[in-house]
Amino acid sequence: MSAPLLEVRNLRTWFPVRGGVFLAARGHCKAVDDVSLSVWPGETLGLVGESGCGKSTLGKSIVRLVKPTAGQVLFDGTDLAALPMRSLKPYRREIQMIFQDPADSLNARLTVGTMLEEPFVIHGIGNEASRREKVLELLRIVGLPPAAIDRFPFEFSGGQRQRIGIARAIALNPKLIICDEPVSALDASIQSQILNLMLDLQERLRLSYLFIAHDLAVVKHVSDRIAIMYLGHVVESGDGEEVHHQPRHPYTRALISAIPQPVPRRRSYRQILSGEVPSPIDPPPGCPFQTRCPHVQAVCREQMPPLREVAGSGREAHAVACHFDL
Amino acid sequence: MTSTATTSGAAGSGPLLEVRDLAVEFDTDAGRVRAVDRVSFAVRPGTTLGIVGESGCGKSVTALSILRLLPQPMGRIVGGQVLLRGQDLVTAPLDVLHKVRTGQIGMIFQEPMTALNPVQRIGRQLSESFLLHQDVTPREALERSVEVLAKVGIPSPELRVNEYPHQLSGGMRQRVVIAMALSCRPALVIADEPTTALDVTIQAQILELMKSLQQEMGMSIILITHDLGVIAETCDEVLVMYAGRVAEIGPVEEIFARPSHPYTRGLLESIPRLEYPRKTRLRTIEGMVPGLADLPAGCRFHDRCPHRVDRCRAEAPSLEPVAGAHGVACYRWRELAPWTEPAA
Repeated sequence: MSAPLLEVRNLRTWFPVRGGVFLAARGHCKAVDDVSLSVWPGETLGLVGESGCGKSTLGKSIVRLVKPTAGQVLFDGTDLAALPMRSLKPYRREIQMIFQDPADSLNARLTVGTMLEEPFVIHGIGNEASRREKVLELLRIVGLPPAAIDRFPFEFSGGQRQRIGIARAIALNPKLIICDEPVSALDASIQSQILNLMLDLQERLRLSYLFIAHDLAVVKHVSDRIAIMYLGHVVESGDGEEVHHQPRHPYTRALISAIPQPVPRRRSYRQILSGEVPSPIDPPPGCPFQTRCPHVQAVCREQMPPLREVAGSGREAHAVACHFDL
Repeated sequence: MTSTATTSGAAGSGPLLEVRDLAVEFDTDAGRVRAVDRVSFAVRPGTTLGIVGESGCGKSVTALSILRLLPQPMGRIVGGQVLLRGQDLVTAPLDVLHKVRTGQIGMIFQEPMTALNPVQRIGRQLSESFLLHQDVTPREALERSVEVLAKVGIPSPELRVNEYPHQLSGGMRQRVVIAMALSCRPALVIADEPTTALDVTIQAQILELMKSLQQEMGMSIILITHDLGVIAETCDEVLVMYAGRVAEIGPVEEIFARPSHPYTRGLLESIPRLEYPRKTRLRTIEGMVPGLADLPAGCRFHDRCPHRVDRCRAEAPSLEPVAGAHGVACYRWRELAPWTEPAA
């Protein structure tokens, strides 16, 4: 637990917004703006935020499905953001991704067997017989019958397809898996099956997860530490239990109180936010949450509050990006 | 055809809407399937009934059947009654149905972008219903549109009526759809996953808005959702559906305090909650939601049920009363251990 496995430093992913006759960049969509976070070996960092907050773009920037504009992505000490595409190949074994909708992320024309064999072929591992062995073992690990090997993705339910997606991600013994909304397309009774599987695999294979989702209850359940994102920025991060019990940022507090709990007649102590989320295209100066914050002051409209540690340090730090100690 | 005598009609304390033994079938590639089977429930004036279940359980089909909006020609109501103030909508002539659809029952859909016309200004879309059903000039209709937008909490509504749906955020669009559903002061609003496409902080706003409009206007709501949290916080009564049938029905406090169907219990146990210690194994329901083409015989939940006995495979249980209005369709509910909140 000494050094982080993944360290993202001041990462920016801006997309040019083009317009006019020559499609000149007229502004930037600041999807990820100055984000720093770390994932230690064997742990899960949960990344929570609402739609458009940049959480998926951050995940894609780490595996270089999207090229970051600035900043560093240090994996075991190597800056992936600075590497040319060709040199990334060995790292693709180490970092894998699980997507939200396995129906979209699995190739509909390949059998499950071919699909799961592909990573071994690409990285030149084993021969045909040993690869088939490996594929059968993967199916067993994720709880699918051996007969699945000759079937196509459409023959499976949503939950089973996500198992295939997970099997593909763990095929090459990665160290880190970026999970982008892995259970949000699934029914409640299936969601818990997949979450249990992911917890089992983490323990068995010593995996680290960056678990990205909009559902704070799900994220808190699977994560050791969590980071809350809003409009391209991390506004709060820390130990999951601590952030839940002592949220420091007004957005985190609103988010926690907005989650509907299966307990009737709780609604009396709801905190309802007013106002709208600003566009990430040329957002207002100052704090990203200023348009909806119940505690907004003049300084919030002028200065961006930095993410500062309010308790602990390093892996134990609880950090918040707010001018005030609320 | 109208049987006003059997129910108390508009004035009394009887139900506003009563669905009796509704059965719906669909023609599919796999043959004829029964998507909704013997579903009965009632909605009292000014209250909210929640219908909860997983994908394919028939909750949306039930809602669409109330207004006879099933996709044609595949879907068909093959049995049962939908009584609105005593009048059966299943057999009602089209002109009556048209009046009901536009004046008495409003509908809110999941994805507001698909429910709104993208090439018409908000004001024009809202005015349409006033022009159709009330004797007003276009100018008056627009004024009423502004009023109703203000009512659903849209800032500067007099400017918004001139905008197109894409210029609004998701939450604002859903407010417009709600405004539209409420424009003719319906007695009943059917909301099919109204907040599923929205962020949780926006969802809280919209649910709060629906609640306060209900208190103000006194309408009944049928809220369809997959989220038991939303049900707990907004509904008076709950209908739990599984594979086209009613698994359990009753007052919301009852259902959450004494869930009596193994499926309801399974759902409640499998949801991760903030209070749970992290990284503990969640309870699960084994197996998967059956497709409509291969529904199991007997109780449709039996192949996933930890409490099944031979009888569950053979014949389907009918709804038995647990206490008062609380009913459950399970042979073994009495034997199940008393419900305790899932261990935190």
